[in-house]
Amino acid sequence: MLGYIIRRILAVIPVMTIVAVFVFLLLRLTPGDPAAIIAGDMATPAQLERIRTSLGLSDPLHEQFITWVGLLLQGELGTSLISNTPVTQMIGQRIWPTVNIAVLTIILSILIAVPMGVLAAWRHRTWVDYVVMAFSVLGFSIPVFVIGYLFIQTFSIELRWLPVQGYIAPSEDFSKFLSRAILPCLTLATIYVALIARMTRASMLEVLGEDYIRTARAKGVKETVVLFRHALRNAAVPIMTIIGTGFALLIGGVVVTESVFNIPGIGRLTVDAILARDYPVIQGMILLTSGLYVFINLVIDLSYTFFDPRIRY
Amino acid sequence: MRFKTRNFNDVPSVLEINELTVRLADNDTAPPVLDRVSLEIRQGETVCLVGESGSGKSVTSLSVMGLLPRGALAATGGRIELEGTNLLELGPQAMRHMRARKISMIFQEPMTALNPVIRVGAQIEEVLDTHAKLPAKEKKARVLDIMNQVHLPDVERIYRSYPHQLSGGQRQRIMIAMALILEPQLLIADEPTTALDVTTQQQILSLIAELQEKHGTAVLFITHDMGVVAEIADTVHVMRHGQIVERAPVEELLRHPKHEYTRELLKAVPSLTPRPARSQPEGPAVLSVNGLQKIYSTQGIFSRRGATQAASDVSFSIPRGRTLGIVGESGSGKSTVARCIMRLIDPTEGEIRVADREIARLSRRALRPYRKHIQIVFQDPFRSLNPRWTIGRSLIEGPLNTGEDKKAALKRAAELLMLVGLPDDAVNRYPHQFSGGQRQRVAIARAIAMEPDVLVADEAVSALDVSVQAQVLELLEALQKKLGIAILFITHDLRVAAQICDEVVVMQYGRIVEHDSASNVLSNPRHAYTRALIEAAPGRAWDFANFHELQTA
Amino acid sequence: MVASPQPAARLQWLFGAMAMPRGWRAGAGPMIAAAVLILIVLSALLAPLIVPHDPMSMDALQRLKGPSETYPLGTDAYGRDLLSRVVTGGRISLFIGIGAAVVSVLIGLLIGLVSGFFRLADAIIMRIMDSLMAIPSILLAIALVALNGPSIWSVMSAITIPEIPRVVRLVRSVVLSAREEPYVEAAIALGSSMPKILWQHLMPNTLAPLIVQGTYICASAILTEAILSFLGAGVSTEIPTWGNIMAEGRVYFQLKPSLIFWPGLMLSLCILSINLLGDTARDMLDPRLKKRER
Repeated sequence: MLGYIIRRILAVIPVMTIVAVFVFLLLRLTPGDPAAIIAGDMATPAQLERIRTSLGLSDPLHEQFITWVGLLLQGELGTSLISNTPVTQMIGQRIWPTVNIAVLTIILSILIAVPMGVLAAWRHRTWVDYVVMAFSVLGFSIPVFVIGYLFIQTFSIELRWLPVQGYIAPSEDFSKFLSRAILPCLTLATIYVALIARMTRASMLEVLGEDYIRTARAKGVKETVVLFRHALRNAAVPIMTIIGTGFALLIGGVVVTESVFNIPGIGRLTVDAILARDYPVIQGMILLTSGLYVFINLVIDLSYTFFDPRIRY
Repeated sequence: MRFKTRNFNDVPSVLEINELTVRLADNDTAPPVLDRVSLEIRQGETVCLVGESGSGKSVTSLSVMGLLPRGALAATGGRIELEGTNLLELGPQAMRHMRARKISMIFQEPMTALNPVIRVGAQIEEVLDTHAKLPAKEKKARVLDIMNQVHLPDVERIYRSYPHQLSGGQRQRIMIAMALILEPQLLIADEPTTALDVTTQQQILSLIAELQEKHGTAVLFITHDMGVVAEIADTVHVMRHGQIVERAPVEELLRHPKHEYTRELLKAVPSLTPRPARSQPEGPAVLSVNGLQKIYSTQGIFSRRGATQAASDVSFSIPRGRTLGIVGESGSGKSTVARCIMRLIDPTEGEIRVADREIARLSRRALRPYRKHIQIVFQDPFRSLNPRWTIGRSLIEGPLNTGEDKKAALKRAAELLMLVGLPDDAVNRYPHQFSGGQRQRVAIARAIAMEPDVLVADEAVSALDVSVQAQVLELLEALQKKLGIAILFITHDLRVAAQICDEVVVMQYGRIVEHDSASNVLSNPRHAYTRALIEAAPGRAWDFANFHELQTA
Repeated sequence: MVASPQPAARLQWLFGAMAMPRGWRAGAGPMIAAAVLILIVLSALLAPLIVPHDPMSMDALQRLKGPSETYPLGTDAYGRDLLSRVVTGGRISLFIGIGAAVVSVLIGLLIGLVSGFFRLADAIIMRIMDSLMAIPSILLAIALVALNGPSIWSVMSAITIPEIPRVVRLVRSVVLSAREEPYVEAAIALGSSMPKILWQHLMPNTLAPLIVQGTYICASAILTEAILSFLGAGVSTEIPTWGNIMAEGRVYFQLKPSLIFWPGLMLSLCILSINLLGDTARDMLDPRLKKRER
């Protein structure tokens, strides 16, 4: 068991190394002068020079890499080309709104999606199933920002139930936080719910066909017990996996949603960085989110042993 | 042979099925799955329902439990009466109330019938939680008591175990404990021993008999195995195409079968008496195995679990035109040996000589020219042919590899199909258009197309119904006579081995424990394990095909 | 070929025996989806011939007009006809979607086959794929477009690259499970060479799931293109795509929501139809596919 945990943690190293190499090469192997790309067409030679020294682009490639990784290991993600503040500091200032929204979204999504999927599988090929499936296809098909604007239009502008945009920290005023966070969370949750509900349904359908479900029914156990005690736990592993891989989708959604709802999180930071071609910030965001993705999936992997006693590596 | 000769004339009945008809849920025109099935089970009686696959015996049992797959099958007529209530009229709630209290069921696959993520103790306890309110202490005491009654060892430990930590036999005991803890009037057992080894089967059968006696339970026992029927039945019902074609007390049915189908079924049961010895082999061995060993090592950097010896020190040889059987229970290493010889897996140690050539150490590439000398037929006829390929294309795959001309190969493919008893126009058809037995014939034809010296049949008839099994065995025999092939026949079934093998090797724990002529092994076994295997074979004292006791020579 | 090349036989080869639907009955949903999709594709293809106005011609006097006879959906901030722009916008979006699907499926198939059959290559390939999966696809695409400029090709490759690992994983899992089939073992015993087994026995197993996966990729690529444009990291803003039209409409959202509504509706309808057809194909082709749901 312990051996498995250690092995699983060690397996993170090559993945993160390749991600780092990839991110590093992304800029350096782009055809043309990277400094010129970043600075844009109107750059003066002095600006180009400043970018080159700031990113260390004039050294040989392998030396650049060593310096870069060295700094990375110390937690240094470089300095913004625009504001000249360290990227870590910029992310540190902006990360909390994003974390709050994301955590709320994940909890909300699981609470909505899992019962939906279970219900759809249980009532397979009935209207319940069709409604859930229709919702999930819709969730996949409407772009996040369209959903966001639809929500704003309906709930904020037409019905005036909720404020249009903005963000207030939960520590400041929790109810105001909620009233502003609920629409972005619902927006973000749509695709995530679609994803999880779909997987829950598929996984439950498979498990409900298993012999031990028939055994449970033959014992005279109630349907709810059959579904939640016998089936759901066996169906959990693929559901957990999709929650983990869906995290990448969530990050993409965060970037868009924060722009739509004007939330000062790291998603907005990224969008601003793209528009300003602030490459160190983009790079830092990729490294951060990839690291988070790998970490979350590691935790989920380790959690499998809790759901399934047969997994004892 | 001693049959149960109990008289049930004055015993009240527990379950009465009356003209039960079951149809496909969305199709009224298709022939019914069950066609007016009637059946009566009396207190303490064991009723056997026998039939081949697709005869409707499992559907009958699921109907009684009210567990027909929703939306697929539906009972459209008749009555199922338990103590005067018609089960078909009960609502879901009332039906749930019946299950485990009045009727229980155990299933074929003990490996999959228990929930893998719940401790077995809790799974038994769930029956009590559902139907009786008991204080925790008393509840556990009752669970441990029933676990003792089904003769599980170390019940405190097993109570806390997960299913995957138990053997197949132990899991089936858990199932039985679960089914009988509330002492129901009726136990339905749907092929409960089919997935088990013979020795375990014998134990489970006697356990069911013991508990039946103790609690006076009536048993509806579903099986395809006439041997099991002879051992346990009071009354037998023979099913075919959703109808009951014959019913009789067991001895009467086995001695004087009336219906033609029953007679066919009984005649197809292979006898445990070995075939008459054939003349001694001429010429040298075409396949010889020497000191074969296969070790699976599962060590990593952090986990050291040691190695499993799947096969060790296995040696034998087969001359032309002879059949050598390897008999053993699951985990005995018999399939490992077959796969090593085919070089589908690489042996750890030892020699394999085919066509006078050592092949155990050849590289995959160097091996390819020698592949044609030794061919294999697998167990599962549904997976051993590529579903996307026509029969013809499958048949010429091998010959094309040896450089044969395509036209010639196709012509021979048609001839081969005739040889195995299929129409020659089958070349243009796809596997799904054929039954399991026909596909197995195609698989044999594909192997024969290579003109091999040795044919390995790895449980090649185990997935087939007895009547089909008999035909495929006949085919193998005929081909051997005609082509002089040596056959290595891997099986778990002593009866089948007795019918086709000249020599038999008995394996246990990866080792050969006995190797002798078929008649010696079967009628004069020397090793204790061989004796145990033979004694465990159900119905071994009865000669089914001739409707009388086995005449001991 | 042994099989006479009748269409039925071809289908058989592609999808396998078990997977063939018995009585093929498409429900109303898939039929409507197919009709909608055909309509969108046709109008996009014929856009230059059928649109009432030049989608690029600006008219300062006609800014942000409501629907009228000349401008059925009104005009945008530069006085361009919204209907013409929405219809024309489908061209680029569909091109990118279909292109990304075809390219990622082909590349993924090749890598996946290699990975599924050669153990040594597998370890390396799968590490690289794991790493690629770890980078959120939108961010990766953003970085690629930011560096390579806003051309259609760079947007397409930025969308395609993050999709490849999923195809590779799918192909690899199909190959790995098909390898265990007795008919593959029989082929080994018959002396067939590894490349032959890989191509003739194993590869056809991947086709049905790949078609399904391809439709999903197509839908998600169109979506990603829109998101990239919306974030300002997509195709050059001069080219009308659904994403670009919506990105421009953002500023005037409270004033004139239809600038987002109409392209958003077209986009959603298009993706919805593709996804529905993908689901239908999946249900028809192979019930076992449900395991590998995305």
